[in-house]
Amino acid sequence: MKALLVGEYREGKLLESTYELVGFAQKLGCEFELFLVGTEAALPQVNAKLYLADVATVGEYNPALHKQLILDAVDKANADTVVFLHSSSGWDLAPRVALALGAAQLSEVVEIKGDGYLLPACNAKLRRTVKAATGKSVITLQAGAFMPAEQSGAPQVEKLTTSTPAQSEFLGYEQAEAGQVDLGKAEIIVSAGRGVGKPENVAMIQALAEALGGEYGASRPVVDAGWAPHDRQVGTTGQVVSPKLYVACGISGAIQHLAGMKKSEFILAINTDKDAPIGEVADVLVVADIKQFAPALTAKLAG
Amino acid sequence: MNILVCIKQVPDMESRFKVAASGTWFEESDLAWRINEYDEFAVEQAVKLKEQLGDADLTVLSIGPARVKEALKKALAMGCERAVNIVDPAAAEKDSFQIASSIAAFAKDKSFDVIFTGMQSQDRGSGQVGVLVAELLGIPVLTTAVEFEYTDGSITVRRELEGGLRAAVKASTPALVTCQLGLNTPRYPTLPNIMKAKKKELLEIPIGELLKDEARLTTLALAYPEKKGSALVLEGEIGELVDKVIGILKEKTSVL
Ligand SMILES: Cc1cc2nc3c(=O)[nH]c(=O)nc-3n(C[C@H](O)[C@H](O)[C@H](O)COP(=O)(O)OP(=O)(O)OC[C@H]3O[C@@H](n4cnc5c(N)ncnc54)[C@H](O)[C@@H]3O)c2cc1C
Repeated sequence: MKALLVGEYREGKLLESTYELVGFAQKLGCEFELFLVGTEAALPQVNAKLYLADVATVGEYNPALHKQLILDAVDKANADTVVFLHSSSGWDLAPRVALALGAAQLSEVVEIKGDGYLLPACNAKLRRTVKAATGKSVITLQAGAFMPAEQSGAPQVEKLTTSTPAQSEFLGYEQAEAGQVDLGKAEIIVSAGRGVGKPENVAMIQALAEALGGEYGASRPVVDAGWAPHDRQVGTTGQVVSPKLYVACGISGAIQHLAGMKKSEFILAINTDKDAPIGEVADVLVVADIKQFAPALTAKLAG
Repeated sequence: MNILVCIKQVPDMESRFKVAASGTWFEESDLAWRINEYDEFAVEQAVKLKEQLGDADLTVLSIGPARVKEALKKALAMGCERAVNIVDPAAAEKDSFQIASSIAAFAKDKSFDVIFTGMQSQDRGSGQVGVLVAELLGIPVLTTAVEFEYTDGSITVRRELEGGLRAAVKASTPALVTCQLGLNTPRYPTLPNIMKAKKKELLEIPIGELLKDEARLTTLALAYPEKKGSALVLEGEIGELVDKVIGILKEKTSVL
């Protein structure tokens, strides 16, 4: 087995996730080479061959060009496996590459299992073991599932170019507007999930947060529905927090939410579902209806 | 304009899942089924685009057994013109590549200008189908859209990246867009629209007429995750639970 690892680069920087790809290849014990659309100024510190395409000419989001360059690198490296991170660039590029290679794609791998891989199903309530039925395979790795490799060494660079036409035009990046609260600094966070049921009930979570002397946060559906502002969102596309106490109220524990809060010192979850995946990271899981539990706890703390 | 939206019917994620006798998928009886959350945003965006243009034709498609007609009817009641059920009682056993190539075979000669799909399904979460359909049709695809705009044959979306960053991207039609949570607020079908939907066309096509490809992926097993977490699980009467939790917070944390 020989893998081509597709590194990630954004706005002048190599993304740390690149080292998770290397960590995965090392864990698998396979030969590997790397591919990057980036610059000489931000090369990964890895002792391996690196196919480098210049971001200034290729563009940061130009999937038709990225795809062609990756296919060229697969050819040169004689790779049978292409590995991406399951990220906004990974899930965009991987299927394109898989189709072109006649390969199977295994999305969001969380573990290596025998000669197959484990993938989450049904919001992480189940796990599927899968195997490619083709000679070549394309794999995307769940963010954080594999230990990043140590950063040491220098790659042997080979430059690639392409004259493939673009299919879409990249207009630029926009930063979500900075919010009023910095949840990153809060010592106690009580977060509302979809399980709170309706917008009025977010006040109940806010009241509990106040009674505990902390801030309130929210999961994505609560923010998307407009029940709480975006600066309260915890998770991959929200804020990463690490308070002393995190209270997850009616939150299932999807990976994108966990990624934002699992480093909390103590995690208390309240959920009607005893099997909710939040139980995997919580210290205490209270099986109860949040609409009854939150006001009762708030009242007891006040009294 | 000719618009297509592809939807999947998935179980309610709060269900208690049981592994089926096959050992490779979950038991499908006793589950409540609904439109995949991401696809509801896709349907809403397709209906909005139709409303914006005034003159547009909107088809909704789903691959699956007879029960997926319920999901299709909801999409019709939300504003699609006609529904297509690619009938496949064994859809759950197909891989993303087979599902995508069946959709592409259906769409190939129908000159859709815009195709919408969800960015992923809630049950498999592979995130492949939309991109594969576009690649098979040779049209551009813009993934993970959280904002959508159409003007004069060109589509601009905001793609969601990690950490609150977005990317603005533009492509000309025909194009495919995969929809992310929060793109819009899916409407509830009104009673008159539910009644109207009953009269709309619902076409059935057997999967065998469209699918010519072998699976590229084999599922070996489906199982519960090994319990790594050591959460203390508390159950019982609310008052007692509150007392226990306060006791634990006092003992184990410095916050009380
Ligand atoms: C690319 C991408 C990025 C994402 N980024 C984020 C992110 O930054 N943050 C984030 O949170 N999500 C994010 N998500 C969404 C994530 O996948 C989940 O959809 C989301 O976290 C689910 O939120 P939830 O737990 O509140 O809702 P659900 O998953 O719907 O869970 C609700 C829970 O409430 C419980 N419940 C129901 N009723 C009650 C009750 N009365 N009392 C107690 N419990 C109850 C249920 O048992 C269930 O466990 C992202 C998704 C994608 C694809």
